[in-house]
This record gives sequence, C-alpha cells and structure tokens, in this order.
Amino acid sequence: MDTNQPAPKAISIAILAMGGEGGGVLADWLIDMAERAGSHVQATSVPGVAQRTGATIYYVEIFPGAADPGRAPVLALMPVPGNVDIVIASELMEAGRAVQRGLVTPSRTTLIASTNRVYSMTERTAMADGRVDSDKLIEGARTAAKSLLAADYARIAEESGSVISAALFGALAASNRLPFARSDFEEAIRRGGVGVEASLRAFTRAHEAASGAPADGPAAEPAAKHPRLPRKQREAIERMPEAARATVIAGCARLLDYQDAIYTKLYLRRLARFDPTNVTLLSEVARYLALWMAYEDIARVADLKIRRSRFARVAEEVRVQEGQVLRIREFLHPRPQEIADALPARLAPWLLRSWLLKRLTAKGRIVETTSIGGFLLLYLAASLRRIRRRSLRFAIEQERIEAWLAEIMEAAPKQPALALAIAECQQLVKGYGDTHVRGIANYEAVMSALPRLKGKPDSAERLSNLRQAALADDSGGKLRAATAELAP
Amino acid sequence: MAERSFKKEAEKLRLGDGAEFHGEGILAVTKALLQSGVAYVAGYQGAPISHLMDVLTDSAEVLQDLGVHFEHSASEATAAATLAASVNYPLRGAVTFKSTVGTNVASDALANLASSGVNGGALIIVGEDYGEGSSIMQERSHAFAMKSQIWLMDPRPNLPSIVKAVEVGFELSEASQTPVMLELRIRACHVHGRFTAKDNVRPGFTLKQAMENPVRDTNRIVLPPASYLHEKEKIETRWPAAVEFIKQRGLNEFFAEDAADIGIVLQGGMYNTVARGLELLGLADAYGESRIPLYVMNVTYPLVDEEFRRFCAGKRAVLMVEEGQPDFLEQALHAILRKADIQTKVHGKDVLPKAGEYTGDAVLRGLRRFLDQVAPSLLPSTLPAGAAEPGQPKEPAVAAAEAQVHSRPPSFCTGCPERPIFTAMKLVERELGPHHVSCDIGCHLFSILPPFNIGASTMGYGLGWAGAAALNAKDSSKRTISVMGDGGFWHNGLASGVGNAVFNQTDNVLVIVDNNYTAATGGQDLMSSKAENPLRKTQNSIENAVRGVGVNWVKSITHTYSVGQMRDVLKEALTTKVKGPKVVIAQSECMLNKQRRVKPLLRQAVKDGKRVVRERFGVDHDTCTGDHSCIRLSGCPSLSVKTNPDPLRKDPVATVLDSCVGCGLCGEVSHAAVLCPSFYRAEIISNPSFGDRFVAGLRRWIIGFFQNRIDRRLGVSA
Repeated sequence: MDTNQPAPKAISIAILAMGGEGGGVLADWLIDMAERAGSHVQATSVPGVAQRTGATIYYVEIFPGAADPGRAPVLALMPVPGNVDIVIASELMEAGRAVQRGLVTPSRTTLIASTNRVYSMTERTAMADGRVDSDKLIEGARTAAKSLLAADYARIAEESGSVISAALFGALAASNRLPFARSDFEEAIRRGGVGVEASLRAFTRAHEAASGAPADGPAAEPAAKHPRLPRKQREAIERMPEAARATVIAGCARLLDYQDAIYTKLYLRRLARFDPTNVTLLSEVARYLALWMAYEDIARVADLKIRRSRFARVAEEVRVQEGQVLRIREFLHPRPQEIADALPARLAPWLLRSWLLKRLTAKGRIVETTSIGGFLLLYLAASLRRIRRRSLRFAIEQERIEAWLAEIMEAAPKQPALALAIAECQQLVKGYGDTHVRGIANYEAVMSALPRLKGKPDSAERLSNLRQAALADDSGGKLRAATAELAP
Repeated sequence: MAERSFKKEAEKLRLGDGAEFHGEGILAVTKALLQSGVAYVAGYQGAPISHLMDVLTDSAEVLQDLGVHFEHSASEATAAATLAASVNYPLRGAVTFKSTVGTNVASDALANLASSGVNGGALIIVGEDYGEGSSIMQERSHAFAMKSQIWLMDPRPNLPSIVKAVEVGFELSEASQTPVMLELRIRACHVHGRFTAKDNVRPGFTLKQAMENPVRDTNRIVLPPASYLHEKEKIETRWPAAVEFIKQRGLNEFFAEDAADIGIVLQGGMYNTVARGLELLGLADAYGESRIPLYVMNVTYPLVDEEFRRFCAGKRAVLMVEEGQPDFLEQALHAILRKADIQTKVHGKDVLPKAGEYTGDAVLRGLRRFLDQVAPSLLPSTLPAGAAEPGQPKEPAVAAAEAQVHSRPPSFCTGCPERPIFTAMKLVERELGPHHVSCDIGCHLFSILPPFNIGASTMGYGLGWAGAAALNAKDSSKRTISVMGDGGFWHNGLASGVGNAVFNQTDNVLVIVDNNYTAATGGQDLMSSKAENPLRKTQNSIENAVRGVGVNWVKSITHTYSVGQMRDVLKEALTTKVKGPKVVIAQSECMLNKQRRVKPLLRQAVKDGKRVVRERFGVDHDTCTGDHSCIRLSGCPSLSVKTNPDPLRKDPVATVLDSCVGCGLCGEVSHAAVLCPSFYRAEIISNPSFGDRFVAGLRRWIIGFFQNRIDRRLGVSA
C-alpha cells in the first residue's frame, strides 16, 4: 500500500494438525471469540479423509470489526504463502510442513509450534532408528519465522489433564498478535463448556511457557548405578580409559543382572584384549559385547517380566489409580527351538523331536503374570538362568561372539575403521523368533562379505553400507542386491 | 448413526425471518432448501456434502413439521432418479452427492432427467471434491452439465451468495424446465460464515397430492419420438429461457465494470481468491472494491454471450480464471469473441496453471503475470510475497528442516478392525507369495499405503470385484483377491461384483469388509448396520444377500482381530479345491464409531460405581529389541516408538501410546507372526468387586514373597 495509513486487512491464521487432534476445536474457539468481539471471521478446512490420522489444515481469517461495521470484507478461503500472520502447528513435523509450504515467513509470521513428535509411518516402521532430526526442525522453524513460540504443548496439555488445543490457544493468547485480551480467550473456553477447568489449566501453563518462562527440560537421566562387583573387577574397570568407562559399567550392570559376577568377569577379560588407546572402538565393543552376551532367551524374558519394578512400571504406564485392580497378561509364543535352547545341550536334540513340545508350542499362549499360576510358571522359566551355561544356545552364542571378536581384533591394528564397522554389525542380531532368525541370517550374510573387503581402502564404509542395506527392508532384497554388487 | 451429532445444528434450521444464521456453508444450503419450499431431499453421503445428509438425519422433527420427505438413497443413481418426481408434478426436489464420482454414478438418471425436463424445480447439489484434501480422481462436474444441458451454478463462496443460489436455482430450473446443478468446492462447503435467515416454507404442492392425482405425459418420457423432441426443446426453448432468466435476474455479477480497459472473468467460486490476489497487489481493498473490472460468473453454464460481449467490448485484454481442465470456458469465450469480431485478447491458462487447484499463490502469480503482459504500470513497485516467480535459494537451516518432513497420508485409525485383515493378508503373502489384489473405495483403500502396501488398482465404489473380472484364467495356479466394503457392496457391488462373479463362474476370492457403517463418509448407517435406526430398516445380512445371488462358498469372520483365524480363512479361500466364487465376510465394528458409542457409557458406569474393565496394551522396553516388526504388521497410530531408555541400545523401542483402545491386534500379531514377547495386555478394573480385591490381595502376598527373593538377588532393597 502506498498510503501512510495502513489499509485495514484481515489477520490470517493457519492451523496445521492431524486428524482427530482438536484443530477444529481451536478454530471454533477462535470463531466464537472473534464473533463476540464484533469482528468478521471466516474459517474453513479441508478435512475429508485426512480426518483419518492424516495431516490437515484449518484456515481462519479475522477482520477486526471496528474498521467499518457496515461492510462485509471479502475473506480468503486459503492461505497465500508468505502472507500468513500466525501459524499454529500441533506437532513438530507439522511445523516443518508449514515451513515447507511457505506459510511461514521471517517478515510476518508468528509460528506457534508444539515440539512433541507424533512419528510418521516411515519413522515408526524403520528396522532400526528412522526418526528425523528434531533439532533441525526447530532450527529451521526459528529461521523461517518472525518469532517462534515453541514448547511441548502436548505435554503441558497432558499434565493438565486436557487436550493440546487448549494449550495452543494459551500460546496464541501469549503471542499478542490478536486484538483480544487474555480474558476474551478464557471466556471462549468457558463458553465452549467442555472440560473447562482442565482446559484453563492447560491454557495458563502454555501461556506462561510461550511468554518465555523457562520450560522444564527433560528430566535428567539418573546416573548409572555402580553394580556390586568383586574388588578385582572394580579395579579392572578403573583401569579402563575414562571415556569408555560409563559404557563398561553399564555393560557390567547388564551382565550381572543377566547372569552373575562370573559372567561379568568374562566380559571384562574379553574387553581387556583391546587396545585401551582406541577408546572409540573399545566403547563400542563394550556396548555391543554386553548386548550380545546378554542375548535374549526364555529365562531372560521371564526374569524381566516378573520383577516388582516391572509391575510398578506397567501400573504407571497404564495409569492405574488408587482403588483399581491391575491384571497383566503376557503374549508369549516360544518356539520349540527356543525352549530347547534354554535346556542342557544334551537334552536339546531329543527335545526338538518331541511331539509333545510341538503341540505345546503350536499356538501362542497368554499368561497372566499377576496370577499365582502364571507367575510361578514364569518364575520357573526365569530360574533356567542357573543352568544357562550348560545350554545349547549358550555354547552357540559364545562361539559366535568369539568369532566376531576375533574379526574385530584382526582388523583393529591395520584398519581401525573397519574394526568399528564390524563391531557395529552386532546391531543386526536382535529380536526373537522369526525376527532373530532373520537377524542372524543378515549378520552372516554381511560378515561373509568381509574377506572380500579386508585390505580395501573403503572397506569400513562398504561394510556399513551392507549393514544399512540389511536394515533397509525386512524381505532382505536390498541386502541381496548390495552383496551381489560386491561380488568380484 | 453418523460419527458426529448435528442436534445443535438442527435447531438452526428452525430460524425465522431476520434471525442470523452462523455456521458451515453446507448447512446454510440445508436451511436454504427449507426456505425454498422443497418437498423432498435425497442423496448419498460423501465428503464434502456428508454434513447436509447428517444434519437432515438429525432434523427428522423439523422435516416432519414442514412435510418434507428425506431419503438416504442407495446410490447417487438412486438419488438422481428420485428427481423424477419433479418431472410430472410441481414439486421442488433436491439431491446431493460428492462429485465427480457421484455424478459419474448418477449420470444415467441425470441424462434421462435432463432429457425429460422438469415441471417442479430440481436441484442437484454437488460437492466438488477437487484439489487439496480430495480423495478422488481430479475431474470437473462441468462436463456433465454441458453434455446433458443441465445448468451449472458456481456461486461466490460466502453464505449469502450460496443461499441465494439455492433459492434462485429452483426458480431457474422452473423457468427453463431444466434441472440445475449447484457446484460447491470443499472449502465452500466447510466455510464458517453467516447470513440473515428467512422463514421456512411448506411445499405448495405435496407428495401426497401427487400420489393421489397421478399425471402421465408421454412427451416427458425418454423414448422415441419424444427423445428427439427433447433435444430440440432443449436447444430451442429451454436454453434461451435459461439465458433470459440469468440475464434478467442478474445472476452473474459485474464489479467496477468500467474501471479499466482490461478485465477479469471468473467462476463465482474463484471470487474470494481473486479478490485476495488483487488486494495483495494493491488493486482492491479488503472489501473487494476492485480497480480492475470483474465479471463474476455465478452461473457457468449456460453462458450468456451478450454479457461476455458487453464486458469485453472496449477492453484490450481479459483474464479468464477457470479452475480445472479442460478449459471449457476459455474456449467458449474465444468463440464468442470471434463470432462477434471483438479483438479483446484472452488470457487464461497461459498465465495460470493448466491443471490443478487454483490456490491463493497460483492465482496471485497468474494475476501478476497477466498484468505484467497487459498493464505493468498497475503493478506495485514491490511485489507482495508469493507473487514473483519462485526460485530463490532457501536458507540452509530452512532447507535442512524441510528435508526432515515426511508426507503424512491418512491411514487406519487406532484400533481399526480393517487393519488386522491386511495384517492377515501380509502373513498369507509370506506363505503363499503375492496375489493380485483389486481394491475398492473406502477406508480399506488405505491398504495401498505403508505399512501394508497391498493393492493394485481401484475402479470405483463397489467395483472391487468387478475390477478383477478379466483376471479369471482357468489355468492360473493363483487366485486373485478383491476387497469391497459394506458401503460399496450395497451401493452396487452385490450386482456388479458378486452377481457378475457368479454369472461368469469366477474362481477368485472376495473379501467384504463389514464394519457396520459407511465409515469413510462419516459413519452413516446402511442396510447391514447392527444398530437399531428409528428412520431406516437396518440389520439386513450381507451373507444372506451373497448366498441369495448364488455364492456357495461363504465364510464369515465375526472378530477380525483374530489374525490367526483371518489368515487361515484367507489361505483356505486361496487354496481350496472347491471351484466357484469365494467370499470372506470380515465383520467388526468401526472403532471410531464404537468408541463414540461406548466411551460415554463406560464413563457413566464408572461414575455409577459399577465394575468396569478397561483394557490397553503395552510394550516392555527391556525386552523390546527395536526391530519394529510389530509396527510393520500393524501401523496403528497408537503403536509408536520412543527413545530407548537402555543406555546400551541405540535403536528406539516400540511403545503403546495412551490412545490405545485395547483392540487386541498387537497381541494377536505377536502370536500369529511369532514376533516377540514384549507385548502385554493390562486390564484395569475400576470399582473392583470384593472378590477382585480379595484375589488381588492374596496374589500380592504370594507373588510378593517371590519378588522379595528376586530383589535380594538383584541387590534392590525391598
């Protein structure tokens, strides 16, 4: 506009949410508040099938009524990128989507973004860690917007016993971009009439968070407890380089929990073979060795399921309240192989042929751990820990571990990067049942490529690529393609 | 009943003269119908017009008071054929559906209706599902209007204009004896605005009067020689009558007609977007006062040639803003000017996108390009954001953030009973290899997306099995699988799919997804709904219907969450030696609707002190190894990942969010696919009985004894 007096124009607000997340409630409050104040307001959305958990956008325009009450302004039905005053995103990736769509501009847009994550299908279905980088999303949002009011509004809502729309409404009030007083916002919530008290709690806390009150960061992780180890082992840990010590302590704690102090001794002896000056390698070997030595078997699963601490964790997770009774049922489907694995090596072949065992394991079982019978069954299974050393599985795993360590040791002096890459291949071996069978097969396929890689300059990178190919799809197609490419 | 209650909105339908109506565009249409003395309304639900159907469903009393008949039609063809009541009688009638898919289905009846011509006003309200948020093929309803000579209204997207279009639409229909189509885009249907209401009007002529005084006129029936007569009549009588009416009543609008020697011609529905573009360019104010002449076509078919000539005369150039393709209007404008030998230059899809939605930025850029070419001096010295050609490099931090953004398509809801059907199909695929899968329309079509990636084609509503008709080779070692929802089944699938398969002796498999509602359109009741519906007859069995048309191999699964059972039945259907069509009916209630139904009841029961058991699932993070197989076989929104609390592990673990409704699929999957022992089901008993508490106490005591022993081993002080 070329006049000095700015022409009246609509305030444009885009709300990005996911279907069923209350974006509509937020729009309704806005409409109600603006209409009460005598403003012209128009809101629209394109819900359709996006209501079914998809990304959806609500668009609201408010034209302050005082400008010219007699005339109706022409309000737009969709945002024009670069010309949006306020963008509200109910989740961090949706904030990124608003930036991607050009709705957020440094000259104009206040971006209110909840930093919580609702993971996308791609992130959730990855075979390892497929999550995107939240820090990059926040940084991009900060760069793209005129001002960014970011906080975990979802958590604020949850802790207030309300829904995210109430928290976002509080942040909107705090942004001071609308010509309404805080009391107007609160009145709109009251008129809505649903869960008013909780909504106002969330509104107030979000208002504070958005106004710059320091948000409480994530709770500090409790320091790893020092396991009760024999003196000699404690001394051995003290001799480890400091940068690797935390991982070694965590490893010892895991193995003591898993088996006993004799097993931690074996762990520390195995680690002692490595050059303490290569701290990176030592740390990673300490990590993966502990995970491998604490391989999952029936005894381990049962042991973890019956603990008092686990009962308490479940009660908290499913929000059991005073006066309620909690029952926990496990979905177990051990296969004959897994049962045979847990028993003494000489019993196993006989057992595997047993018709009875096949019958017993043909179908999955649901066991109630909170019942006496179910608990004792698992208690019995957990006690197989005592004979674990004599089991068939134990022998097989120790053999695999030694072979793996030998490969790392061999590569370490000449090709430390390759040694690290070999150590990381343990990541492939995980899970139970079919998942474990597939994991071992992938591990062996990747390791079988090792002889062809040794001595080559980019061997570490190529081995990592193979590992990643194995994690890229669970049909094994990408790994087959990658190994075929490697063939001389 | 529908997934949302419209009882509150139904009250708004009673508003009288001078009262202000606040609400959604599509509800304003409903009120306008009642203000116009409509005698009957019918339709088939679907976004974006579902709310019109839903609010009328919840307004039975209002309709009864006015003597208006309302039907949930079996299909859009049924709805369109319903308008036959207006052929012989002076009855005003309206039907509604989603377009262009609904119009496709309705087109047989629409063509017959248009040929016959109408006596009472006949209005077809189509929700144009085009552009962002659309779930269908991208086409225009415009072609249907042209081919059958049905008049097409595309009003400015504000409530007073929409309401006026309904009222005047009936008059136009009666004045020209032609059905009128009212086209509303998605955003216009959902736009919240206001208008001043009028009293509702009882129909002047009633359905009862029509039934008791039947009228017959062979000239109104589509059969030679009348059909030849109809074509002539359309061109010689009805068309000119319509053009005259549109002109006289000023249905199309001119703004700032002589303000400049250039101008813009636009569809009414495009008005707000164009006005905003002009405002951003400094060529209009916030009230739409434009410095560029505008010709707003609230009726986009038929065209009023005279108005075009009047607008273009004396103008160097005009811009035609016409959303969608082909560019029917632009071509027509060229022809009109050519015939009149007017030399105005016509721009349109040379500066605007040739295909796709005319979004705010697309129109803004189009306007800027048009002005660049014909009147650059009108453009402001600094262009508003979005008006310039894109191409500036982005800030690195912004580009990095954008790279983190995944698409988020819709998917099955938490606890959806359809998900386990596709989990089972995945498991069958592992054993028997892939099969050709023909999909249908409905929530089940989400199977084509991750994590299931199942399905090869979709040919339309109810056409799932028809879509696999050709793949019926007698020597094939594999069968095909087709999917059809209960909605599609009753819409036409029973005849077009099942009947066709029986008649043509197929050997293939159909899975009917029976979730008690037309779930994808908003959870409306249908023939086989389990619920008692006071207005409709529900509870008609799909299995009986399938057997009735001659399928002998039919298996019903009444609990789709039993993945193992589902898998076994599918396997049997794919491998049995029995020849002939095979139908698996997979029944479980739509979870979205079930939760809406059950949740308030449970909440009340807890409040009343009754014993209530809530179930939900969970994952033990210390036994989860972070492979996420469970998620790949489910995709449930409540089954997500979280940072691994284990300091040694890096991969995130699976976790069950609090939104879990305890459908049971997680446990079934871990059993059927032999996955992992990390899942547990928690049963939380509110208001436990004395027995519950006694047993719990006893258990705690005994289990506590053993847990103390474990704690001692672990060195935890109990």
